[in-house]
Amino acid sequence: MVNYFPEEVLEHVFSFLTSHRDRNAVSLVCKSWYNVERFSRGKVFIGNCYAISPERLISRFPRVRSLTLKGKPHFADFNLVLHDWGGYVYPWIEAMAKGCTNLEELRLKRMLVSDASLELIAKSFPNFKSLVLVSCEGFTTDGLAAIASNCRFLRELDLQENEVEDPRGQWLSCFPDSCTSLASLNFACLKGEVNLAALERLVARCRNLKSLRLNHAVPPDVLQKILARAPQLVDLGAGSFVHDPESETYNKLKNVMQKCTSIRSLSGFLDVNARCLPAIYPICINLSSLNLSYAPGIYSKELVKLIRKCKKLQCLWILDTIGDKGLSVVASACKELQELRVFKSDPNDVGNAAVTEEGLVAISAGCPNLNSLLYFCRQMTNTALITVAKNCPNFIRFRLCTLDPITPDAVTMQPLDNGFGAIVQSCKGLKRLSVSGLLTDQVFLYIGMYAEQLEMLSIAFAGNSDKGMVYVLNGCKKLKKLEIRDSPFGNMALLADTGKYETMRSLWMSSCKVTFGACKSLAEKMPRLNVEIINEGDEMEGGSDDRQNVEKMYLYRTLVGPRKDAPDSVWTL
Amino acid sequence: MERASAAYENDLNLKATELRLGLPGTDESSEKQSSRNYKRSSPEMDNSCQKDEQKCVPASKAQVVGWPPVRSYLKNVLHQKNDSDLSGMFVKVSMDGAPYLRKIDIKVYKNYPDLLKALENMFKCSIGVYSEREGCNGSDFSPTYEDKDGDWMLVGDVPWDMFITSCKRLRIMKGSEAKGLGCL
Repeated sequence: MVNYFPEEVLEHVFSFLTSHRDRNAVSLVCKSWYNVERFSRGKVFIGNCYAISPERLISRFPRVRSLTLKGKPHFADFNLVLHDWGGYVYPWIEAMAKGCTNLEELRLKRMLVSDASLELIAKSFPNFKSLVLVSCEGFTTDGLAAIASNCRFLRELDLQENEVEDPRGQWLSCFPDSCTSLASLNFACLKGEVNLAALERLVARCRNLKSLRLNHAVPPDVLQKILARAPQLVDLGAGSFVHDPESETYNKLKNVMQKCTSIRSLSGFLDVNARCLPAIYPICINLSSLNLSYAPGIYSKELVKLIRKCKKLQCLWILDTIGDKGLSVVASACKELQELRVFKSDPNDVGNAAVTEEGLVAISAGCPNLNSLLYFCRQMTNTALITVAKNCPNFIRFRLCTLDPITPDAVTMQPLDNGFGAIVQSCKGLKRLSVSGLLTDQVFLYIGMYAEQLEMLSIAFAGNSDKGMVYVLNGCKKLKKLEIRDSPFGNMALLADTGKYETMRSLWMSSCKVTFGACKSLAEKMPRLNVEIINEGDEMEGGSDDRQNVEKMYLYRTLVGPRKDAPDSVWTL
Repeated sequence: MERASAAYENDLNLKATELRLGLPGTDESSEKQSSRNYKRSSPEMDNSCQKDEQKCVPASKAQVVGWPPVRSYLKNVLHQKNDSDLSGMFVKVSMDGAPYLRKIDIKVYKNYPDLLKALENMFKCSIGVYSEREGCNGSDFSPTYEDKDGDWMLVGDVPWDMFITSCKRLRIMKGSEAKGLGCL
């Protein structure tokens, strides 16, 4: 076949393709397109850092400027995965430092990041602009100091929910006076003190700063000074918001807030006194995103007073202290709401949940554009879910968590199969689903039948038999990630369609009925899967009984065989 | 190994807190479980419950590992909020060989002997007698803790008040590893 276009033209055409999937598709057309594409690909997304090696990445995409890597499986968020399971970023940095020094952007999720990695980044990539770390651990503020000191063109340092040790706390002062390029700085997750004077000076000289999220150590008077210097902020994460509403500081803060007319996104309030919230009222009307999920201790009444002013709100993250009544107010005020997350306010106190199916139904009735939901609730009913499905057919993400994982329909005491069935049937674009409550194999029959676009499914304490899992594997053609815990799925389901797993990113099964023997035979049959068994107990001495149930199994497709960095407690079969 | 784990399970009374679809009092001892995790029994296994399946609810709302699925980061953040001088200081406690960790509020205890007794009760082990001079000795287990600097120290060396402000987490070490810490 003759290539009608010179490569430059192809490259130019491809430059309009921003999605990874489009670029992946394009690279499969023919050898010439593959080559043009690979030399022009700037952004690479690797959903599982063990699916490929850094060397192969660099040899295929030598000009990569932006790399996204994900490490631990999702259930690591809930303490189901060992801290040292893996996901080390160092080998990637090392390889890039040798072969690809034009790296500009690194986005990591659930990876182990050492100070040495951060120091290597700081030293090796002269054009480094953007570091985003989400749910990572293993580093300290010393590593951040290295980034601050050495990355001369740093535009973005975004730390989201990382576990960071803070031995010294002077990292912020390491930004040199010549650093004026910062556009986004998020250190809300840091537990230690920061040099407040250095922070003020940094904000003053970075005229392009658009996004700033502070940690709890930044008091209101400093916040006020910062806002006075940076009225151009679009995204603000307040640190501490506790002060006397009668004070001079509070007045100054109120006045300066009124001038911050560019703020569209508000979060933080890591320490907050509800009586100080009125300071924010002037900017509520401009907000498209509000995250109060880190701010406990605000009563529903106060939350509602605030939220009802946010008429343009599209994204709301809140604690369940808002209650069903509060959610009704949200439903009547925030007509443009697209994403809602209602978090459990006190995870250790199981008896105190404050939202039920009523709140959810109210939201669905008032907010027809709702497409993304995470909802922790005390109870749910099929009727409610069916109503929600009718009101909001546009769900892309639907994640429900009942406090008691096997609670039935609160009214009929039936399983919640029909409710979730209605969701998958109505929401034809559903990509992510988490189910909970009392569920039988029937719900999986529905999921397999209707959830044609489903990419990620999370199952806990659900189903009766292998059939449930088989319905899902057979039906959901676009399934990428399946994670299952405490459900009675066993060997028959695991081995029913082994080829399916090569079309998926990963499968997690813990506390199910899958045996060692079955895992071994799966691993033998499918060399391009890594089948890992995680054993935290002392059960590992000698050979294990093939008939023994496996505690935790994590399998994923890979092009590079078993990894060499697994700890002793993880076996790759 | 099997025996130790069975004894361990009995002591923690996992059965009482296990989520299951059976009515309280139905026994599953015939079911072979190698995993210590909280598993609910499948209705297939427990025939007596099949008819009443829909009416069976767990006997107790037990704390299940990792449920509700709240990000541990968020849990810690919110918990720290509630931790003030008035409301206690929760630290994680791990014991070598145990499958999961516990959390205790060390502000609840007034001195070392109180704390050690509580740990002994929680993990059903013998940690030994505390004495001002010698710290803890007299058993196979040694309580250690991680202090603010990240170092692992033997419990009992510093005054109690200093301990509770510097203790970040506890670990009950087993056997010979522990002896190394306590040698005179």
